[in-house]
Amino acid sequence: MALISRSTLKTAAKGLAVIIIMLVAWEIAAIAIDNNYILPTLGEIADVLLHPTEPLLGGQSLLANARVSLKEVLTGFLIAAALAIPLGLLIGWSSEIRAYLDPAIQMLRPIPPIAWMPFAIAWFGIGIDSILFIITLGAFFPLLINTVGGVQGVRIRWIEVAEMFHATNFEKLRTIILPGALPGIWTGLRISFAIAWMCVVAAEMLPGTTAGLGFLIMYAYNLGQLNVIGAGMVVIGIIGLGADILFQAGQERFFGWQGRD
Amino acid sequence: MEPVLSVRGIAKTFQGEGESCPALTGVTFDVAPHEIVCIMGPSGCGKSTLLRIILGLEHADTGSILGVSESGGGGASIAMVFQDHALFPWLSVRDNIVYGLRLAAQEVPEGEVQNRVTDLLSLTHLGSFAQSPPHQLSGGMKQRAAVARALAVKPSILLMDEPFSALDTFTRRELEDEILRIRQDLATTILMVTHNPEEAVYVADRILILSERPGVVSEIVSVTLPHPRSPADPEFIRIREQVTRMVQGKPDQDR
Repeated sequence: MALISRSTLKTAAKGLAVIIIMLVAWEIAAIAIDNNYILPTLGEIADVLLHPTEPLLGGQSLLANARVSLKEVLTGFLIAAALAIPLGLLIGWSSEIRAYLDPAIQMLRPIPPIAWMPFAIAWFGIGIDSILFIITLGAFFPLLINTVGGVQGVRIRWIEVAEMFHATNFEKLRTIILPGALPGIWTGLRISFAIAWMCVVAAEMLPGTTAGLGFLIMYAYNLGQLNVIGAGMVVIGIIGLGADILFQAGQERFFGWQGRD
Repeated sequence: MEPVLSVRGIAKTFQGEGESCPALTGVTFDVAPHEIVCIMGPSGCGKSTLLRIILGLEHADTGSILGVSESGGGGASIAMVFQDHALFPWLSVRDNIVYGLRLAAQEVPEGEVQNRVTDLLSLTHLGSFAQSPPHQLSGGMKQRAAVARALAVKPSILLMDEPFSALDTFTRRELEDEILRIRQDLATTILMVTHNPEEAVYVADRILILSERPGVVSEIVSVTLPHPRSPADPEFIRIREQVTRMVQGKPDQDR
């Protein structure tokens, strides 16, 4: 069997076709408008992308800014995971705890993380701590909800098998609940990462920041360098896409059993 | 011989919203060592509930279960094969079979664990699928893996809740033969719920008939035909028809 099947190639070709049409339309519009304060050409954007290590606008390079954002995202993401996964397991496991916490969670969940920014600045001051707070908040809820869902998806019958062999509560958690909930947790991680990535860019746009892709975009806007903004957006998109591909590959690799038993 | 399992006056009533629904009233029977006993009865007569009570997943309102270890300690002396194999989909066949043995309650040394798994894999003809995940197995193989997982803890009695009802006729007969062979090889005692009269007559030494809600043992049929039994044998057919009528609640009808 071929490594990549014909139908996979066909699907990829369809997706690629639309991207190419979008790029061509962009380029035609840019040439027609002929004003790089409104719409930079693809060539001008590519010029920034092709020199990712050169200092930009008197500051750090594209790559350095991307690294700052990525580090912030990963930190916030890990803090969120450390909080949301254990709490999600607990809420999924105990209907008593769920009764107490669920309404509060459902109320807090729809509030956009960015709305917390004024509070964040009041509590943590301007800078990295506030940004981390926003990222953690953004990543926390989808991961929590999916962890709870993962635990609730664990079949009662699996737990009964463990009980039949006299498993202790801890053994049930370690050998049944956790592996059984892992596909849900993984989905939560995937969604959370995407949201954390959106949050970091938004949070970095706020005053007081000095580095990161969000900062770069805002700074380039102030200087009227729209091609740098475009390049920053492309990098955001590529990192987001890359992370999603990794999560999906992991899903297929580790949780291929899901829904097939 | 002392029975392996002694069920005494088990009664169970489910409490619904405002009304109570009696499932079992005073079920009493024994299972002797190496015996295969089948439980039959109309749907909803509490067959599965009875097995779950014996297994310890549910508590009876009154009555007692003697012979199986009361609560953990010294390992499971009882194990069950569920209707839907209930294998853990994230573990390989081998790790599924090992599952019970690795729990603290079983206290089985690692060398012994490996020996038992190797033996069970060959007993159930799953050796070449040891590393496969359950979803790559056929229905019959999944059920054999579930049997191996239950046998791994060396239960003094193996409970089976309609274990083969989801399988096609041929696979089903194959597994019934396998159960008889396992009983022969390991001297296992088996208590099995089935809704298939032919299956009961094919494997059982005795068939218990539970009456409709609330369930109580209404008839006991001994099957003394020698193995291997042929479903075409007139005596086999006679017992099968007798059992069928008893399940339908008309045992005295003329043949």
